[in-house]
Amino acid sequence: MKTASTRNINIDCLRYEPAIDSEPRRQAYEVPFTDDMSVLQGLQYIKDNLDGSLTFRWSCRMAICGSCGMMLNGKPALACESFLRDFYPGGVRVEPLNHFPIIRDLVIDQRDFLVKLESIKPFLIPGDRKAIADGTFLQTPEQMEEYYPFSQCINCLLCYAACPQYGLNPAFTGPGALALLHRYNADSRDAGTRERMEIVNAEDGVWSCTLVGYCSEVCPKAVDPARAVNVNKINSTKDFFRHFLMPK
Amino acid sequence: MKRSSKPIFWSLFGAGGMLSALVGPMLVFVTGIAVPLGFLLPRETMSYDRMLAFVASGFGKLAVLAVISLFLFHGLHRMYHCLHDVGIHVGTVLKAVFHGLAIAGTVACIYLLLAAGR
Amino acid sequence: MIMKTYVRPMGWWWLHNPFYRWYMVRESSCIVITAYAVILLWGLMCLVEGRLAFDAWRESLASPWAVGFHLVALPLVTYHSWTWFKVMPKTLPFISIAGRRLADRTIIVSGVVAAIAASILVFLAIFVSVPRISP
Repeated sequence: MKTASTRNINIDCLRYEPAIDSEPRRQAYEVPFTDDMSVLQGLQYIKDNLDGSLTFRWSCRMAICGSCGMMLNGKPALACESFLRDFYPGGVRVEPLNHFPIIRDLVIDQRDFLVKLESIKPFLIPGDRKAIADGTFLQTPEQMEEYYPFSQCINCLLCYAACPQYGLNPAFTGPGALALLHRYNADSRDAGTRERMEIVNAEDGVWSCTLVGYCSEVCPKAVDPARAVNVNKINSTKDFFRHFLMPK
Repeated sequence: MKRSSKPIFWSLFGAGGMLSALVGPMLVFVTGIAVPLGFLLPRETMSYDRMLAFVASGFGKLAVLAVISLFLFHGLHRMYHCLHDVGIHVGTVLKAVFHGLAIAGTVACIYLLLAAGR
Repeated sequence: MIMKTYVRPMGWWWLHNPFYRWYMVRESSCIVITAYAVILLWGLMCLVEGRLAFDAWRESLASPWAVGFHLVALPLVTYHSWTWFKVMPKTLPFISIAGRRLADRTIIVSGVVAAIAASILVFLAIFVSVPRISP
C-alpha cells in the first residue's frame, strides 16, 4: 500500500478566454498530488489554490453524470476517473473535448449533440395501443439483453471527441445519438423503427461511419456505439432493397 | 434527409473485403512472390497453357471474375473514403469516378473472360 | 444564443494518436488491393492477347519492382484480413446459440481460422495441380 506522500505533477491546460484571446493558449501548473487523486481533483486544486479563472465542467466525480469529459494527453477521458499517478512523471496535457467548439478553457459547446439527441426520437413508440387494464409491457431478460448496453450512455461525448468522421463532418448524427437510436429500435416494447429509418438511411446517418472504432474504445460505460451504428448498416441495406423491390 | 445510395456499394465493398480477407494474402503470395521466384511453387504454375485452361473452365472464370471485380469494388470504395479522411473534398463526381472504375474493371474482366473461353 | 466560440481545425488528425495511425494503415491496404486487382486484370488481358504477351507479363512479375510491390502488399493485405475479422463482430447483431450470447472473441477466432483454412486450401489446390517435374 503506497504511503500518502505528496509529489508534484505538471498539469498543462488549454486556456481560452473569448473576451481576451483570439485563439487558445497554454498554461501550465505545478500541482501537489497523492496517489488517490483524480485529474479532476488536480483541476479543482488549481482552481481553488492557483488560478480561480480556470473553467471546467464537473458534477458527480464518479463517472455517472458525463460532465467532465476532456482530452488527456490527446485521448478522450473522464477527468474524474483518470488518475494523476498514471501521468506521473511526464505530466498531463488537458484540453477540451475534440471536435466541439470551445466556449471557454475546457468547456465546449455541446448544443449540436443535444439537437441530434432530440432528433432520433429517444422515447418508446408503442405499436398497438395497450389499455391500462391490459397491464404493463412484459419483457424477458433475453429481450432486455438486446438493448441493455446501449441504454447505459451517460452523454459524456467522449465518443464524439473520438470520432474523426464527426470531426470532419459535424452534420454526422454521430455515435452517441445513433447508439441511443438503436437502444429504442432494439427494445421489444418499441415499434418506432420505421420512423427512425430516415435518420439511419441518410448520408449523415450510419453511412458517414467508416468503423474507425475509437468511439467504442473510449466509452466509459461500454455502450459500444460502433456496434450500434454498424449493425444498422445491415438494417439500412435491407431497407434500401425493400424500398426498391416493393411496389410503390 | 436524403436517402444514401451507399447500401449498393457498401455491399460490394463488404463482399470484396470478405473475399480479400479470406484469400487475399495467399493469392498475393502465390501470384506475386512464390510463382515468379519459383519459391515453393514452380514458375510453370502460371504458364500460358495452364492459365488458358484455367480460365476456360467455369470455375476458373468465376474465380477470376470474383477476385478481380470484388477486389476492385472493395479497394476503390475504401480509396474514395480515404480521400475524405485526409481532408480532400469528395463529391458526386469523385464518387462516380471511383465506383465507375470498379464497374469498368468488372465489365472489362467479363469481356476478357468470354474472349478467353473460346 | 450567439456565442463566440473557437473551432479547432482537424489538421493531420490521423498522426496524433496511435489508434488513428493504425486505422490509416488499415485503410491504406485498399491501395495495394486495388493495384493487385489491376495487375491481375492486366494479366488476363495479356492472356487473351496470346502466348508472347502473357509470357512478357510473367517476366515483368519476376522483376524486382513487381516482387517488391508484392512484398509490401503482403503484410498490408494480411493486416486488412486481421482487422476485417477484428471489427466483424461490430457489424453483426447479437447472436444467441442455445440460449447463450455468441462472444465477439468467438466470431473473431472463427474468422481468422476460416482465413487460415482458406489460405491453406488455395495453396494446396494449386500445389497438387502442378505436375511434378522429374529430376
